[in-house]
Amino acid sequence: MNKKQTFKAFNPENIETKNEAYITHRVENNKIVESLEEAIKATGLKDGMTISFHHHFRNGDHTVNLVLDTLNKMGYKDLYLASSSLNVCHEPIISHIKSGLITQIDTSGLRGPLADAISHGIMDKPVIFRSHGGRAAAIESGVIVIDVAFLGVPSCDPLGNANGYSRDDERANDVICGSLGYAKSDAEYAKNTIILSNHIVPYPNTPFGIPESQVDYIVEVDDIGDPSGIMSGATRFTTNPKELLIAEKAATVIINSGFFINGFSIQFGSGGASLAVAQFLKPAMIERKYKARFALGGISASVVELHEEGLIEKLLDVQSFDLKAANSLKNNRFHQQISASYYASPLNLGAAVNQLDIVVLSALEVDINFNVNVLTGADGIIRGAIGGHQDTAAGARLAVVVVPLLRGRIPCVVDKVNTLVTPGKSVDVVVTDYGIAVNPARKKIIKIMEENHIKIMDLKELYNIAVTMTGIPKAIAYTDKVVGNVTYRDGTLIDKIYQVKD
Amino acid sequence: MEVTKQSVSGTLESSDIMITIEKSTIGNQIELNSTVEKQFGDSIRKTINTTLREFEINNAKVGAIDKGALDCIIIARLKAAIYHSVSDEDKQSEVFKA
Amino acid sequence: MSIRLRRTMLFVPGNNTSMVVNAGIYPVDSLMFDLEDSVALDQKENARFVLHEALRTINYQGKELIVRINSLSDGMGQMDLDYLIPLGKVAIRLPKTDSAQDVIDCEEYIANIEKKYNMEVGSTKMMAAIESANGVLNAYSIAHASKRLIGIALGAEDLVTDLHTKRSPSGLELNFSRSMILMAARSAGISAIDTVYSNLNNMEGFKAEVEMIKLLGFDGKSIINPRQIQIINDVFSPTEKEILDAFEIVSTMEKAKKIGIGVISLHGKMVDKPIIERAKKVLEIATVTGQLARIEDNYNE
Repeated sequence: MNKKQTFKAFNPENIETKNEAYITHRVENNKIVESLEEAIKATGLKDGMTISFHHHFRNGDHTVNLVLDTLNKMGYKDLYLASSSLNVCHEPIISHIKSGLITQIDTSGLRGPLADAISHGIMDKPVIFRSHGGRAAAIESGVIVIDVAFLGVPSCDPLGNANGYSRDDERANDVICGSLGYAKSDAEYAKNTIILSNHIVPYPNTPFGIPESQVDYIVEVDDIGDPSGIMSGATRFTTNPKELLIAEKAATVIINSGFFINGFSIQFGSGGASLAVAQFLKPAMIERKYKARFALGGISASVVELHEEGLIEKLLDVQSFDLKAANSLKNNRFHQQISASYYASPLNLGAAVNQLDIVVLSALEVDINFNVNVLTGADGIIRGAIGGHQDTAAGARLAVVVVPLLRGRIPCVVDKVNTLVTPGKSVDVVVTDYGIAVNPARKKIIKIMEENHIKIMDLKELYNIAVTMTGIPKAIAYTDKVVGNVTYRDGTLIDKIYQVKD
Repeated sequence: MEVTKQSVSGTLESSDIMITIEKSTIGNQIELNSTVEKQFGDSIRKTINTTLREFEINNAKVGAIDKGALDCIIIARLKAAIYHSVSDEDKQSEVFKA
Repeated sequence: MSIRLRRTMLFVPGNNTSMVVNAGIYPVDSLMFDLEDSVALDQKENARFVLHEALRTINYQGKELIVRINSLSDGMGQMDLDYLIPLGKVAIRLPKTDSAQDVIDCEEYIANIEKKYNMEVGSTKMMAAIESANGVLNAYSIAHASKRLIGIALGAEDLVTDLHTKRSPSGLELNFSRSMILMAARSAGISAIDTVYSNLNNMEGFKAEVEMIKLLGFDGKSIINPRQIQIINDVFSPTEKEILDAFEIVSTMEKAKKIGIGVISLHGKMVDKPIIERAKKVLEIATVTGQLARIEDNYNE
């Protein structure tokens, strides 16, 4: 029932809009501040607080380094760095860890020198790894309280309507990133949001990924990132015969799985074999006159092509993988930008991953119990990201993991994964170049594969083939120091990563 | 067998190993640089030693740059390197075909 | 015993360790490891050792294993045989075969090795590649030159040079040679394998050529990249209708036999012996490709 309201008497003197002072004020009052320092001061950021970033600029990102350098100069200490992911280009964070600016990291993944340093124990507190859905849930539920979100964007108007591209100022598309999916949750929940952009465009910057209501300050910077590191023209189909073979096998599994029906939905995870599956599904879609209702997730050129050919009706895009995808988001009416929460939050029953029929996912390692590792390499060093792996595997009706049996001499089907990221319970099929394995718990899938004469192998059999060729690798030596806590999407601790002993 | 001159076999491509063999005066020495040192370094050294023993080579310096080659490739590259480094008479040995 | 299909014969350069090690994963009928043209002169020994060790230890999952050796004219081919025959696992593809004598010379050398290693004489199979005008004109005697031969193959790149022409999309320049090789192979009861198609980016052109050589009667084709496998397997696999028709012909014939009728007719057409033979062949192939089992399942449902 509504509260009983009491009313004050209306007074025309209180209407400010027609008053001269207000009009001047409106022209001048935008959210642009002179400098990043000024914006930071205005937020009231203090030592010990939490700052956040997105990773839509991937390995071309310049904003994380710029902001951390500035915070360092301003004398901050003991900050909690929550980024949707971190990449090779974020090597300078090592020095900020050493100086005490950053004391804990919360991310989907780590790569390059920073990952290496952390694996070797540079931090006192373990990194917390979360899936994209898990991060969205942590932000929504207040597990991660973002004090200041620093969000680099290719276009923003003076009031803060921000986007990963611009429909009316082509200059803003020099540094285009497409979807701002991961930044959207940060902007929505952060106590303060600072937008950093190299292109301030006239109001209203529509469509926007982040609405001005969620933006507190805007800083114009010369450089937010290096376009060549942010995205390539179009993620090219792999020409690696081994990856194509795996992709073809995966497509055969999908076509005969019972989930390949008119109106199906699908996601292709990153990785050569995974992305190539689309090209092998296409002929079957045309032959059977099937259309996919939607494709989800990281969107790449191959999916855009199918969309533009009318084979996929809608694209739900949390992250645009390449220029072709970013341009499609800009130009195509049924290519929709979605937030990390909309994509995959376990707190959101209607999350898109729960509507997903089929997902194809890559892996660093799969073990004989279908458990998947996408975080640590065979040498125990962190070199990957959880991404949406856990979320889509749990949500999709058919989760197919594609992985070569061997990478060089390294077996990728192992007896026990180095780091448990996606539990085997949510993985249905593993496709390797040496054979296909179906989770024994999926009786229906096994039956339908047998009916379609698709040869199924036991993962133990595949493991044996692998180690017969490579020999059994020596176990990795770790110290007892925990360098990473790997969380499942529901926020529980699923595994720990230890410091490697050299 | 006696290593009489330096020879090289293999490439630096993935799944291959480049092996250099030359005469030594202080017994067999192996210098290994491998992308899979942590997991397979000991095993690779053992494979190289075993193969040298099969050829009764006791004074060789073996340099190996490994890019994740399987055992059969390591043996093949080492055998080829030995083949090129020994006398024409030794080249006829059945050990090469073993 | 089921018949051995030779639809796809994948070239694997002998000194490329990654390809040699992984070759077993592709759905081809035969793997042809190469020591000849894809291996540089100073790498011949190195490649030979690679194949020797790899073929000895790696499980190629029941595929037919063939090694293309070097010419016997300068002693290199003999070395290849010295190393590879004792493995007892591979068939030998003799390159640039110009006459029956080339086959006989190679066979003799192989037989000596077999004796030396107490192997059954004649157990090593051979293929001959025809790559010259002489070879084409001698195709008949080459095909009949040895019981070891399992097939003869066309090698077009050298051949067109010898013929003073070049390869064209229509394949007109190879008409005579292809027909000659096919006739010789059929006369000797062995496989006829067509040459490679080297433009990987023209899948349409590749498919047209595969359809043409199938129509001519070839058993299959050498290929240089796994991307070409699917098209050949598709073209060379009988269609569902062909299998069903064949099934109907064979079962009608068997029923007729039981009640003592010699000549049968089906849908108003007489079914004579060649038609029955063809139908049996289709069913044989469909059994090996697994199509028959799939179709039977569908009709049992």
